[in-house]
Amino acid sequence: MSAKSEDMNGHSSSEIVASDRESTPASTSHEADPIADPGLHHPPPRLTDVDPKAERRAERQVAGMFSLASILLVLSIVAYIVFEIAPDDPDDGVSVGDVQISNFTLGITLGLATLLIGLGAVQWARALMKSPELVHERHELRSDDNIREAALADFETGTEETGFGRRKMIRNSLLGSLALLPLPAVVLLRDLGPANGPSPVDAKETTIWSEGVRVVTDVTFQPIRAADLELGQLVNAMPETFEDLPDHGPERINARAKVPVMVIRMAPEELHVAEGRENWHVDGIVAYSKICTHVGCPISLYERTTHHMLCPCHQSTFDLADAGKVIFGPATRSLPQLPLAVDGEGYLIAQSDFHEPVGPTYWER
Amino acid sequence: MSAIVNGAGKVVDFVDERITASNWLKRNIRKVFPDHWSFLLGEIALFSFILILLSGVFLTLWFKPSMAHIVYDGAYTPLRGTGMSEAYASTLELSFEVRGGLLMRQVHHWGALVFLAAMSAHMLRVFFTGAFRKPREMNWLVGVTLLFLGVATGFTGYSLPDDLLSGTGLRIIEGGMLAIPVVGTYLSWLLFGGEYPGDDIVSRLYPLHILLFPGLIILLVTVHLMLLWYQKHTHWGGSGKTNKNVVGAPFWPVYVFKAGGFQFIVFGVIILMAATIQINPVWFWGPYDPAVVSAGTQPDWYVGFLDGALRVMPPWEPEIFGYPLTLSVLIPAIILPGLILTPLALYPWIEQYATGDRREHHVLDRPRNQPVRTGIGVAFITFYLQLWIAGGNDFFATVLDIPVNWITRFIQFGLIVLTPLSFWVTKRICIGLQRRDRDTLLHGRETGVIMVSPSGEFSELHEPLDPHSAYDLAFRERQLPIDPGPATDANGVPNPSYKANRRRARLSRFYFGDVVQKPTAEELEAAQHHELERGDRQQELTSGQQ
Ligand code: HEM
Ligand code: FES
Repeated sequence: MSAKSEDMNGHSSSEIVASDRESTPASTSHEADPIADPGLHHPPPRLTDVDPKAERRAERQVAGMFSLASILLVLSIVAYIVFEIAPDDPDDGVSVGDVQISNFTLGITLGLATLLIGLGAVQWARALMKSPELVHERHELRSDDNIREAALADFETGTEETGFGRRKMIRNSLLGSLALLPLPAVVLLRDLGPANGPSPVDAKETTIWSEGVRVVTDVTFQPIRAADLELGQLVNAMPETFEDLPDHGPERINARAKVPVMVIRMAPEELHVAEGRENWHVDGIVAYSKICTHVGCPISLYERTTHHMLCPCHQSTFDLADAGKVIFGPATRSLPQLPLAVDGEGYLIAQSDFHEPVGPTYWER
Repeated sequence: MSAIVNGAGKVVDFVDERITASNWLKRNIRKVFPDHWSFLLGEIALFSFILILLSGVFLTLWFKPSMAHIVYDGAYTPLRGTGMSEAYASTLELSFEVRGGLLMRQVHHWGALVFLAAMSAHMLRVFFTGAFRKPREMNWLVGVTLLFLGVATGFTGYSLPDDLLSGTGLRIIEGGMLAIPVVGTYLSWLLFGGEYPGDDIVSRLYPLHILLFPGLIILLVTVHLMLLWYQKHTHWGGSGKTNKNVVGAPFWPVYVFKAGGFQFIVFGVIILMAATIQINPVWFWGPYDPAVVSAGTQPDWYVGFLDGALRVMPPWEPEIFGYPLTLSVLIPAIILPGLILTPLALYPWIEQYATGDRREHHVLDRPRNQPVRTGIGVAFITFYLQLWIAGGNDFFATVLDIPVNWITRFIQFGLIVLTPLSFWVTKRICIGLQRRDRDTLLHGRETGVIMVSPSGEFSELHEPLDPHSAYDLAFRERQLPIDPGPATDANGVPNPSYKANRRRARLSRFYFGDVVQKPTAEELEAAQHHELERGDRQQELTSGQQ
């Protein structure tokens, strides 16, 4: 870099125009300006340049800002010590108010201090530093033709010396091995996915719902008695077997991302029962996957009168009275329905797993 | 020599004797930096990034990038006894058990928002002023890459605390990956270490967020600044400021003090924001639970447009060879970002092809003097803003008290209609402004004084421009469309490249066909002559009345 700029230091500015030579039909023309350049327009002197009083005032201002910054920095340490956030008794837990006071006092002191340091420095430069308006010439960035040719010639000499062009066997075998080099690097990433267990496609097609699994309320895990559900009521539910999954490891949270359902009771005559699903509801009680078929958000906004279920993420709307069909928004597939039945004690159970994969569309489905 | 210079002299002496530093210093210490408010946007980006680095390192001292399950028993009582990941628990610890921890989290997050906003505004400045033109195309590419990396770093950071919002964001990413034909299912399976969400993703995003992406950003910022330094900054043209010089203040001391001071100002403002405006209160959302979503929360602003695109997309899912092609997700999540980034990256070359202009440009364009480029930029902003509004359509629906679906429909319509319309309107406005500039140049500045001629005509008194203002309006280049040349040469032999030339000429007419040219010297003289005559007549008139 340094060698090159030295070279260019000798150029006169008139050579700038020379770059035109490589342009194709120029569309913008360099025709003489209709008005001659009157030259630089110098701003009038600053008040601080002509009035010693103003200069002293500016000086006091700048020093004042820097000194205030020092005071604020000390205050920030005081704030750190004074505004404790740890509770006196660990059992009590933290008070969010204390945290906010600590946050505010620390932030205000540190923020104002840095701001003042910055304002002081800028004010110093603006009002007090001699600020000559400098004019530097620009030089064409393209190197001289001779140098370009010489550089190319050097490169050619070097290339000749390798014999790269002549020794085709060496060249091709080298290129071959280099081409293979990325492969192991990619293969090594294979074990990012688990080494055993179901294939990604199989995993998508099954959940822990299966025949006879009780439908339990989410959070409290109580079985749901069909007769207790009121008309229009919606319950978020899980399979009873979810509780048995271990806390540690991914199994539990992965199931949590697949199995949640919504159980809704409607008047049986409101329900448009799809063909083949005649016995999937229990007296108008239906269950659908809670995982949106668009990109997988849990669906949550139910409108009782219309039986419309809205996904808060991108507003896909599903009709729960009509096989979970999409009636608005970007989702392309109906919500998977879970076939329901009741067990001997009158509690809701699943007849089987879902009959289709839960969640967003994927290539193999 | 002062003590300072003596002290610095010792250092310079040491370095110089080892790497000939004085040579470089001599040429650079008084390097000229032009001044303009719009040049500060890039500096805001740089300085907010530095603050993000500093606060980020602080966060790493407590944050635990682990999804191992624990039962919380920390200081925040409402969540005691709740199962959560270590990542989320350590974010609570940072917020509630480390003094200044919440401040640093908020500094880091506000810093990220400011960083991306400043980078975007800086890019728009460069676009609208034509600062990307030769010789700065490489730096434009570096900039586009930085913007992409910034978004990637921001998104990975947003995902780390493993709260409800990070999880929801990741769920949408998973849905986007699944839409990729052929490999999508496997990509998602590799990224998440099996099924979604698994217990690997936070520890996998962590090295990307704190090492790989910021490392690349630091590398590219360095390249960006070295190129800027070597090529010298552009400046606004005008009297005395040409394509062959650069006018401004010296690097040492004025620029160092102004930019250095500005760094502290940016720090100060972001810290004050962190002190007073709450951001991402993760304890509020709770730990990630794939079965729970909180309505009404918004993603960080820079991913809002993607969320909006997902919302307004029609539900298209054709089958190809029996496989589903989920266009309704593929287009907004995968194709759209590419469709935005590719033309953005290539724009300097697109314009170069259209205008045939391969010369060096160091003087910035006033946006009005490039009506088509400015129109393209505004159309892009219109497109982006509509997607962004779509990303908050539920919010706007509540504010305006109309159904969400209306907003979605309106934006589907607007993307197709308003986008080209905004191009056309902007272009017309630019041309109108150019015409006004030309009139001002020809007839002088309007004074607002109305005169009546003896024949009863009303006219406004115009005041001639001072030479500096006149030059500022008149120095810009004349922009002429390319002439494709004749289809056959003098002997009737067809020109083989005529077709290509004509295509290019058409494109260049698109760019320059309608621009208002500045007046020629003759036109200017004729107009001034005319003004003088009119002025004389008015003079007579006024004196006659007295
Ligand atoms: C362009 C650069 C960066 C951006 C845009 C960015 C953005 C973010 C964002 C938005 C968050 C979420 C913060 C929250 O609300 O809790 C985050 C978290 C985090 N970032 Fe960054 N970051 C960047 C660079 C870094 C660097 C360089 C480091 C460390 C050396 C870092 C360390 C962390 C850590 C440890 C967290 C998790 C702690 C927490 O969420 O509270 N970041 N980042
Ligand atoms: S995830 Fe439900 S609409 Fe997008």
